[in-house]
Amino acid sequence: MRDDILTLSGIDTHYGPIQVHFGLDIAVPPGAIVCLLGGNASGKSTTMKVILGLQRPSAGTVTFDGRRIDGLPTPAVIGRGIASVPEARRLFGAMTAAENLRMGAYLRRDASAVAEDFETVLDLFPRVRERLTQKAGTLSGGEQQMVAMARALMGRPRLICMDEPTMGLSPLWVDRVLDLIAGIRDRGTTVFMVEQNANLALQIADRGYVLQTGRIVLSGPARDLLTDPRIRDAYLGGAEAA
Amino acid sequence: MTSFLDHTINGLVVGNIYALLAVGLALIFGVSRLINFAHGSVYVVGAYVGLIAVAHLKLPLPLTILAVVVGTGALGILIERVGLRPLAHSVRIAPLLATIGISFVIDQLIQLTFSPDPQALPSLVPDWRFTVGGVTVGALDLVIAGIGVTSAALLYGFLTFTRLGWAVRATAQDRDAARQMGVDVDAVNRAVFAIASALGGLSGLLVGMYYNYISPAMSFQATLKGIVAEVVGGVGNVPGAVVGSLLLGLTESYGIALLGTTYRNLFAFVLLVLILVLKPNGLFASNRQLPPEPMTGTFVAPSRPLKLPASALAGLTVAAFALPLVVTTPYVLQTLSNAWLYAMLGLSLTLVAGTVGQVSLGHAALLAIGGYVSALLAVDLGLPVMLAILAAGLATGAIGTVLVSPAFRLRGHYVSIATLAIGEIVGLVILNWESVTRGPIGVSGIPPIEIAGIPLYSAAATYWFTLAVMVVLALLQAKLLASHLGRTLRAIREDDVAARSHGIALSRYKAIAFGFGGFAAGISGAITAHLYSYINHETFNAQISILALTIVILGGMGNVLGAIVGSVALIGLPELFRITAEYRILIYGIALLLLVRFRPQGLLGTV
Repeated sequence: MRDDILTLSGIDTHYGPIQVHFGLDIAVPPGAIVCLLGGNASGKSTTMKVILGLQRPSAGTVTFDGRRIDGLPTPAVIGRGIASVPEARRLFGAMTAAENLRMGAYLRRDASAVAEDFETVLDLFPRVRERLTQKAGTLSGGEQQMVAMARALMGRPRLICMDEPTMGLSPLWVDRVLDLIAGIRDRGTTVFMVEQNANLALQIADRGYVLQTGRIVLSGPARDLLTDPRIRDAYLGGAEAA
Repeated sequence: MTSFLDHTINGLVVGNIYALLAVGLALIFGVSRLINFAHGSVYVVGAYVGLIAVAHLKLPLPLTILAVVVGTGALGILIERVGLRPLAHSVRIAPLLATIGISFVIDQLIQLTFSPDPQALPSLVPDWRFTVGGVTVGALDLVIAGIGVTSAALLYGFLTFTRLGWAVRATAQDRDAARQMGVDVDAVNRAVFAIASALGGLSGLLVGMYYNYISPAMSFQATLKGIVAEVVGGVGNVPGAVVGSLLLGLTESYGIALLGTTYRNLFAFVLLVLILVLKPNGLFASNRQLPPEPMTGTFVAPSRPLKLPASALAGLTVAAFALPLVVTTPYVLQTLSNAWLYAMLGLSLTLVAGTVGQVSLGHAALLAIGGYVSALLAVDLGLPVMLAILAAGLATGAIGTVLVSPAFRLRGHYVSIATLAIGEIVGLVILNWESVTRGPIGVSGIPPIEIAGIPLYSAAATYWFTLAVMVVLALLQAKLLASHLGRTLRAIREDDVAARSHGIALSRYKAIAFGFGGFAAGISGAITAHLYSYINHETFNAQISILALTIVILGGMGNVLGAIVGSVALIGLPELFRITAEYRILIYGIALLLLVRFRPQGLLGTV
């Protein structure tokens, strides 16, 4: 497992006196979709913040490509080749879809390659091409999700972190978004995603982790987890906590 | 007709100067959600850098502009570093208070360096005048318009076409998301402060050339004007700030033409209050637009207040009353009497700002109302002084509450701006309502305080009287805070939405707080008037409002004993060390800055 692209080992995280993570260990192999499942307040989104440098862990290490990234400020983490699709998408609402995509390439200095990627990304998301000059805030939820994913791809990342990409979308859009995520993986970009919707996420994922009140309680290949009865237990609020 | 057009030109030129200020405020608000109260100080620095460049170095206009832009731009970076960055994780109102502290420091340093007296800034533009179709336009008007338009074009180009400009816009819309695109938000803030300050400095230079007059006292008014223009256009809206500035310039120009120059500022502040009440998102906010993120104005760092046992409090009170028996120096007693008077104001503000979370920046206006009511009742109607003081307290409670009531529905920064404007309006009404207030001449011959026919002339008698009144007010307030009412007021501070959803009528409770606070402040102002025997519209100025705020922060917001301790520390100590007035303001500014940064819970802790 030496060649995992992203590893979290022994992560503890605190918000003031409240401990959110208890010795988290997660490994993301390159070229895979790994999903982190968990209910409300399980610590999923905080995991994302720890990876992106938005929240400092109180113990443990995060490595990307074998180099430590915990403690780095967020822009430096992004500069290493990680892109983020934040929870609730967080587009720049008053900027056009095209400007949002350009913000995704903010740290890149290779203008001609950025222009190429712009076209490639739009081929992948034809719907975004139709909306290029529209203010991002006026797009529908599904369209916004596409812009958010396209924006992340514009950074030519090796890893994309997605926080609840299907949240608030209609079933039709959920399927489309999941297909697109699988497509991103198939083009060689590793995806680490946080999801509440376990069944759907595991259908496209290669590997899954189940987080419950700050601890990994279950992990393994997605196929196995899909049929594991304990998944349901974990979701019903946990015999462990009681 | 000709004069109408001339006033229009004048209004547009002045509006152009305001626009340079307001655009900077809007940019800063955009990326850091901060209303920069040091902006007027930067503007003054711009004017004085211009003075050095023109009068001492004899530089030509382009080099003077360059010097101003570079000098004030660098100052902006310094302000960001000192005032904003260390407070990134504090409550929202903290950076605002820090910029107030910074503005005190800069203004006083300018005053100490260049003297408080106004100076002439020679205009570098020849005094050519053109008459076109009955309208007279000066060469300077054209230069100002040219600089305004050029700045706007450069700014537009920067925001639209440069990488950093995009980062600025992205940060303004969603700071965290921008960070996740790799934007270094600190660098963006620094750039924005530099640009905004350079524009502000340029504005100061132009205003100096236009009126051929600069003085350190321009700072506060400039900040206020910039804020008015920004709020009219919609806080954080850059094009809106330009339009708001031109509107403000025109309003003032026409208003002066109709009513005279002393009304100039009245228009600005009435416009501000109207906009805040009727369209708080600014004139151009569409109805679809979401209101800006609610800014809860609580400045209460969680802390455990220091509790003194009742016996210790009683002992301290007895000691305070016994002091004149030991210390007989009239100077010390006068100083402490003054501290007790400030403590009454502090009690008022700590209730309103600390307990209810409405950070008022216009509290000195309550002193002015109390002072004038009591003085006029005693002088014009011959009311006995004690009765006049009591009536002044009641009247101030009532008038203050009515005046502030339009601001009850506002939150956070908006409350601070509205109270600031209302405070300024009170001063301007006093100045202009000559038939009652005697206008700029002020009220003289105010009779001294007398008890049972015996005037309090001795320092010790004054000391005892002020101390007794202050102790009574403090006990009343402590009683109020310990009751169900006190809990309700704190609930409003902590979460007004939650409070409202539990059936608390916010306006009614805010009115109670302002009424009670107004009473205490009115009594303080009234006693002050009778002690001074003369007051005018400048006796209770905006600096006192800020000083009061520093006092209550020093003591611990919401803390009754803290207001008293804070007052003794800030009023008494500098006086006892014989620090001269200019340095005292400097100390107040530094104290505010340090407190917000290192001890926001104050000396005794917040309640």
